[in-house]
Amino acid sequence: MNWLPTSASTFAPQVDSILFLVTIISVVSIILVSFMLIYFVFKYKRKSVNDQTPAITHDSFLETLWTVIPTILCIVIFIYGYVYYDRYTTTPKDAYEINVTARRWSWSFAYPNGKKTFNELYVPINKPIRLVMQSDDVLHSFFVPAFRVKQDLIGNRYTFINFTPTKEGVFDIYCTEYCGLSHSDMIAKVHVVSEFEYAKWESGEEAKVENAYADMAPSKVGEQLYSSKGCVACHSIDGANGVGPSWKALYGKKREFTDGSSELADENYIKNSILYPVKGPDAKLVKGYGPVMPSYQGLLSDSEITAIIEYIKTIK
Amino acid sequence: MTDHHDFDKNYLENGKGFKSWFFSVDHKRLGVMYLWAIGVFFVLAAIASFLIRFEHLSPGQTIVSAQTYNVLFTLHGAVMVFLFIVPGVAASFGNFLIPLMIGARDVIFPKLNLYSFWVYCAGSIILLGSLLAPVDTGWTFYTPYSIDTGTNVIMVTFGVFVLGFSSILTGINFIVTMHKLRAPGLTWDRLPLFCWAAYATSLLQVLATPVVGITLLLLIGERYFGLGFFDPAKGGDPVLFQHFFWFYSHPAVYIMILPAMGIISEVLPVFSRKPIFGYKAIAYSSLAIALISFLVWGHHMFTSGQSKLINIIFSVITFAVAVPTAIKVFNWLWTMYKGSIELSTAMLYSLAFIFLFTIGGLTGLFLGALAADVHLHDTYFVVAHMHYVMIGGTVFGLFSAIHFWYPKMWGKMFDEFKAKIAFVLIFIGFNVVFFPQFILGTQGMPRRYFNYSPEFAFLHQLSTYGTWILGVGFILMLYVLCRPTGPASANPYNSLSLEWQMPSPPPTLNFKEIPTVNDSTYAYGTKIEQEA
Ligand code: HEC
Ligand code: HEM
Ligand SMILES: [Cu+2]
Ligand SMILES: [Cu+2]
Repeated sequence: MNWLPTSASTFAPQVDSILFLVTIISVVSIILVSFMLIYFVFKYKRKSVNDQTPAITHDSFLETLWTVIPTILCIVIFIYGYVYYDRYTTTPKDAYEINVTARRWSWSFAYPNGKKTFNELYVPINKPIRLVMQSDDVLHSFFVPAFRVKQDLIGNRYTFINFTPTKEGVFDIYCTEYCGLSHSDMIAKVHVVSEFEYAKWESGEEAKVENAYADMAPSKVGEQLYSSKGCVACHSIDGANGVGPSWKALYGKKREFTDGSSELADENYIKNSILYPVKGPDAKLVKGYGPVMPSYQGLLSDSEITAIIEYIKTIK
Repeated sequence: MTDHHDFDKNYLENGKGFKSWFFSVDHKRLGVMYLWAIGVFFVLAAIASFLIRFEHLSPGQTIVSAQTYNVLFTLHGAVMVFLFIVPGVAASFGNFLIPLMIGARDVIFPKLNLYSFWVYCAGSIILLGSLLAPVDTGWTFYTPYSIDTGTNVIMVTFGVFVLGFSSILTGINFIVTMHKLRAPGLTWDRLPLFCWAAYATSLLQVLATPVVGITLLLLIGERYFGLGFFDPAKGGDPVLFQHFFWFYSHPAVYIMILPAMGIISEVLPVFSRKPIFGYKAIAYSSLAIALISFLVWGHHMFTSGQSKLINIIFSVITFAVAVPTAIKVFNWLWTMYKGSIELSTAMLYSLAFIFLFTIGGLTGLFLGALAADVHLHDTYFVVAHMHYVMIGGTVFGLFSAIHFWYPKMWGKMFDEFKAKIAFVLIFIGFNVVFFPQFILGTQGMPRRYFNYSPEFAFLHQLSTYGTWILGVGFILMLYVLCRPTGPASANPYNSLSLEWQMPSPPPTLNFKEIPTVNDSTYAYGTKIEQEA
């Protein structure tokens, strides 16, 4: 069994060294305490009700000892924690900045070159990264166990994380601030890739992805997007009610809205729902649902939206 | 009302039926009623937690839906905290014991005491009434989710608000009682340590509870009238809520644990036949911990986005509280040194307290260290840590008290042997449930997760199996306690404390004549060396 997750950032071994230090201190302490407990219980077991016991109430030497030693240990642990925390919170000058937006229950990432990704974060190895993060709705927290970093995202101000990835691979991003129904499914992946591959990805992943989709039926592509883009968190395909309406037999159905109007769910309706979900309390919404669907403008290409529509058509 | 005082009848026989209890101003009856109430709430919340654990038997859905899961952990947390552990030991054993230990006939304001109990009942009913539209925010009610969710947040928080009054009034009552009603000769430095602990707890209740009351009122105002204190959409600050909340809830952690520490300080000397070691260190450290505990709330918010400097300051103060806590543990241990130790059930629970609480405290060091907390915060590590403190500490302390004062409270003895078997099951079960969670948390398993990655499955399953052992232990313990074996003598353990110097169960008015105290409660053993 692995006691610790993979260590994939410069901060990770520092955290691990504190965990190690405090574990050693704890193990020694608990052995000491258990030893005393057990030893005393056996050694001083009651033999008769008339046992003579000494009335010891003080021992200056011992009391000084067990005040001073814990104090020193606490100071040492504090300093360790502080020094590494200080390094972690200090932003390196040449950091590569990525914007992170969290909303129920997905993550989106915006890169300096204008690229955007959804639930997939791409970072180059060995380069200091700075995440500038904000939440669109309630609190969330960005946690990558492999990097040992965690920071809450708030609605009214930016928060930041610095890290330098040191290992190529794909690692989990969890949300660790409770945010409602699908909190535990608010999971994304961070891809740490070599500088070369990163440059390649930066210049043309879209094309690559479209190519990959080229020989697939659009409805199959839509099915993949349904889970990879996070629609699955709110929309079921089996008719079950979730945070959003189910997609079962959606296409061609008459939709009724909160303002009393209605409309047939055709291609344009679906496309508009994806790009311009109505926000605000008095806006038009599907009857019975709240204004929580995020806009996917800029996050889904036209062909991807088409694929989703094709997929929705197949759900009968 | 119980105006027909009868000096010869014991408090259990003085009147029968619901009314004679529910309208009784007798502190002993109130203590017993609190004990029943917290017992019922403990069972309710424990059932919720067993369901939570059962759900984790496999990744994805096992028995309940995600929404039900979220409701369950909120219910579990809110009931355990606000209905069980905060009133907990202080209201039940505090009420029962403080007047007996200080040589008084009752608390100083007996009617206020009854009123506090009624307020507690009212608050509990309101809080549980929210089950009509069960809340899914977690017991911390963090904004803006608690403003946003469609569930019945107003009712739960209003229940907590009402419960706060019960807590404040009980606190005031105990403080004044200990100032005014101590028997002649019972100076502060002879006061039993349980009373010291209850005193420190009461201070916290009086000083901290109003803050959570006001905070929850603001939250209600925000939900009901749309005021913008915490909602960023209205220019409010969601993190402000966390500051307010933890300004109460960290001291509340000590409201939970201090009375249990008091119990340990009573049980150990009796079964070691030694004076408590370092009486003053324990008494004053209770007060010191209580006061410093007002200054560490920010250690719950290291990753919340508060400033770096503030984080560093909170980390320093947090480590400052760790030291007096460590000192207490060593004082308890050294009380046993060269003693004459009897391993009664109550003693076993107390010894287990020392062991488990030490683990809880040591794992707190991980969380106090800034860089480590960044990784561990809001993972199962925290869940394990807090349960080691709250079950390993408070609940084991409570169980120790229930067994220790059983003869006094009920005038009966119980089957020690079977009670010890229950102890062993509870001890093993508890560790099987919660120790794996330290590892889960370190591996990165977040808390409040309905679903989890398959890589965590083994430890989650282990933890769930533990609840089954724990459950059997609880049931066996209850069974043993419900089947007394015979009448108890006045003082079965030869304790020197005042409550044992009267018949079991105590007469309605406790003392025919108020006693005069000539020596420390812990004057066990032969004095060989005397320090100035
Ligand atoms: C946070 C939850 C959430 C997520 C994630 C989400 N939606 Fe929605 N969606 C909703 C809600 C709620 C509604 C209904 C309210 C409204 O009209 O906006 C809705 C409505 C819709 C509708 C109109 C459905 C109807 O029954 O009329 C479509 C189409 C749609 N979403 C597509 C998507 C797609 C495609 C994705 C993924 C790329 C997605 N949604 C992700 C919550 C979500
Ligand atoms: C009876 C045995 C108990 C078991 C098996 C148990 C188990 C659990 C579990 C499984 C969780 C949920 C973790 C999560 O999903 O994040 C939890 C949370 C919690 N427990 Fe317990 N618990 C027990 C007793 C207690 C006690 C005595 C307290 C005392 C106060 C307590 C207080 C809490 C709190 C405050 C939470 C957090 C709830 C939240 O996240 O909102 N528990 N417990
Ligand atoms: Cu979340
Ligand atoms: Cu705290």
